Amino acid sequence: MAVIKLSEAKVNFIKDVCKSYGNKPGEVINVLHKVQGEYGYLPAEIQELVAKELGIPVSRVYGIVSFYSFFTMTPKGEYPISVCLGTACYVRGAEKVLDELKRQLGINVGEVTPDGKFSLTCLRCVGACGLAPVIEVGDKVYGRMTPDRVKDVLAEYK
Amino acid sequence: MHVLVCGGTGCQASASAQIIKNFEDILAAKGLQDEVQVVRTGCFGFCEKGPIVKIMPDNTFYTQVKPEDVEKIVNEHIIKGRKVTDLLYMDPENKEHVADSKHMGFYRKQLRIALRNCGFINPENIDECISRGGYEALGKVLSEMTPQQVVDEVTKSGLRGRGGAGFPTGVKWGLCAKNKCDEMYVICNADEGDPGAFMDRSIMEGDPHSIVEAMAICGYAIGATHGLVYIRAEYPLAIHRLQVAIAQAREYGLLGKDILGSGFDFDIELRYGAGAFVCGEETALIHSMEGKRGEPTLKPPFPAVSGYMAKPSNVNNVETFANVPIIITKGADWFASIGSEKSKGTKVFALAGQINNVGLIEVPMGTTLRDIIYEIGGGIKGGRKFKAVQTGGPSGGCLTEKHLDTPIDYESLAAAGSMMGSGGMVVMDDTSCMVAIAKFYLEFTCEESCGKCSPCRIGNKRMLEILTKITEGRGTMDDLQELRNLAAVIKDTALCGLGQTSPNPVLSTLDNFWDEYVEHVVDKKCRAGVCKKLMRYEIDKEKCIGCGACKKNCPAEAISKTDYIAPGHKLPSMTIDPSKCIKCGACISTCKFSAISVK
Ligand SMILES: Cc1cc2nc3c(=O)[nH]c(=O)nc-3n(C[C@H](O)[C@H](O)[C@H](O)COP(=O)(O)O)c2cc1C
Ligand code: SF4
Ligand code: SF4
Ligand code: FES
Ligand code: FES
Repeated sequence: MAVIKLSEAKVNFIKDVCKSYGNKPGEVINVLHKVQGEYGYLPAEIQELVAKELGIPVSRVYGIVSFYSFFTMTPKGEYPISVCLGTACYVRGAEKVLDELKRQLGINVGEVTPDGKFSLTCLRCVGACGLAPVIEVGDKVYGRMTPDRVKDVLAEYK
Repeated sequence: MHVLVCGGTGCQASASAQIIKNFEDILAAKGLQDEVQVVRTGCFGFCEKGPIVKIMPDNTFYTQVKPEDVEKIVNEHIIKGRKVTDLLYMDPENKEHVADSKHMGFYRKQLRIALRNCGFINPENIDECISRGGYEALGKVLSEMTPQQVVDEVTKSGLRGRGGAGFPTGVKWGLCAKNKCDEMYVICNADEGDPGAFMDRSIMEGDPHSIVEAMAICGYAIGATHGLVYIRAEYPLAIHRLQVAIAQAREYGLLGKDILGSGFDFDIELRYGAGAFVCGEETALIHSMEGKRGEPTLKPPFPAVSGYMAKPSNVNNVETFANVPIIITKGADWFASIGSEKSKGTKVFALAGQINNVGLIEVPMGTTLRDIIYEIGGGIKGGRKFKAVQTGGPSGGCLTEKHLDTPIDYESLAAAGSMMGSGGMVVMDDTSCMVAIAKFYLEFTCEESCGKCSPCRIGNKRMLEILTKITEGRGTMDDLQELRNLAAVIKDTALCGLGQTSPNPVLSTLDNFWDEYVEHVVDKKCRAGVCKKLMRYEIDKEKCIGCGACKKNCPAEAISKTDYIAPGHKLPSMTIDPSKCIKCGACISTCKFSAISVK
């Protein structure tokens, strides 16, 4: 992975977050939530800094980041796309929608398009099962998706 | 007058925010903003027909409202008092418009106890909650009851845990209360991990005060002063509503020091989950709250003895808590009079899948699956044939036609080879392949296994490999036996509930859909047409006019010309090379002459 140099502003922000939780090792999950909320992902450099501030080994931070699927080490695209693969969406054909997205974007789940515009992830039940199958682009929810509609949805962001 | 607009996730996804805004703007333009209050509520349950708008006090229930309908509702209903008929729900049987939700098939057989306030109050307004009896129960226990009496009342009601296992709630409280010490915790499990379920989320979004109140009651009963809610970070609206509710309760002296002058102190904090299904298991949940990887540990010790920070802790599910206040106000006998012999009260289900009325429902325990699917759910979508209903999520099983008259309760569902679970209920028709469904759940478990013990980590992976083989047409009859053997070992030896129940979807489909497995293995056929590798795309050479449209669209260059020209056609027909075909289906959708079919 490319080495990223953290800007001073970033370093200060992360230090402040750690401090706001009293630099307590037990608060590491809360700290990571805050930091990812700000930067979108948690590259190695950020994990190292968090570990140093909380006085715990980097391996413990990494252990947590890799354990919880909410945390990610890859940046998201400008318009992150999530496909719901919860049971309700699955039985109403979510996989076909996912296949079509993969085909049109030319990327796999967990990847970002080369121009950085779209990224593709899966999640489980967004709570809109009535509209299954459901995808999200950023915060916007698209219900009753079909492979045919994929093109129109993507066009909104092009 | 009140206008209630659904702010649940489903309706929000179809423009309910714009509807609210239009109401506010139009009412203000007409100078009605003081007389008519617009309230954003939690999910009404009838998500299929959302966005929902309800006008109070005359109880008119509008369905599938669009932002541009708002003007009409204001002009006709609010100003002239005439219902807008074409926005009312139409009974699919007699084609009559129904204005009051009580008379809709979807609501008629429901009984709302845990969801009593959802869709009736503005969840961000504590006064509305109080006017519907909120915090009455807390007042009652603090002024009239001893902690032991509270434990006894909850025990007598017969309330059992709604998080899956069904342990009697009062008994659990009693066990925890016995370990009295100066630092104890009440924990609310709001991790809701079943992929296809949103009961707990809707309760927190629609009636967060009921959880706050119940946790305080539990704290009083067991002697704890700290409450913690472990909630998924993926539920931003539920988090926000709980935060608002907690802040308002503090302001009203219903949380904090010396609640209602009783000398009892209690406060609540939120902790966030980060997307790991296993963290719904209570020991894993506690580790996660302590800032560790959420791996389960062996019980005993139970949380009641050594839980959060090694202190006695009582863990209950959101829906379990939601039942508590009303048990206290209406009494244990009232609650115990509802439901079946060993399962009291009601259960909330997220009804989903190939069914007409998808949504959130609450029914008395003992209601049959048939009533839920055909009366409340309105039957199978598109008039297709019912095939299976899945309950219990990744820990549960698939039930069939022959189980439709099974009453819903903990014992009957377990006897039928599934389980109550937390409330996911997914209905499938003949377009679902049961082998693929088993594989779907196993993929989920493999992804979510924490990896701590090998039966779950390795055993489930082995099972998934076998299922993959079967869906790709490489399975053997020995594989089917091997699935059963592995399942038995995993069930017996896995450390936590995740592993112990993970083979259930496979076992129940093997039991109930054996023929379908055999078809995949012996005939290399998937009758639902789901397993791609078993599909064969073929061009009917008599129908093909040789236009070549399919050839242009095929991404795999699998289509080529033959030298056969069918009678009446001018060009040679096309053919598909099965070894190159990736089964994308692109050719079928391009052929205008229906010459291509899947076998
Ligand atoms: C793998 C696994 C996942 C679980 N997920 C949840 C969950 O998401 N929500 C929940 O309330 N209980 C869940 N449970 C059950 C909890 O361990 C615990 O039994 C429950 O929170 C107790 O509350 P109750 O008695 O009110 O049901 C899960 C259990 C296991 C083994
Ligand atoms: S059964 Fe699975 S989830 Fe549970 S402890 Fe073992 S590996 Fe982890
Ligand atoms: S299904 Fe797809 S890959 Fe196969 S022949 Fe048709 S277009 Fe080509
Ligand atoms: S399963 Fe996709 S929204 Fe619920
Ligand atoms: S989200 Fe509106 S009715 Fe369920």
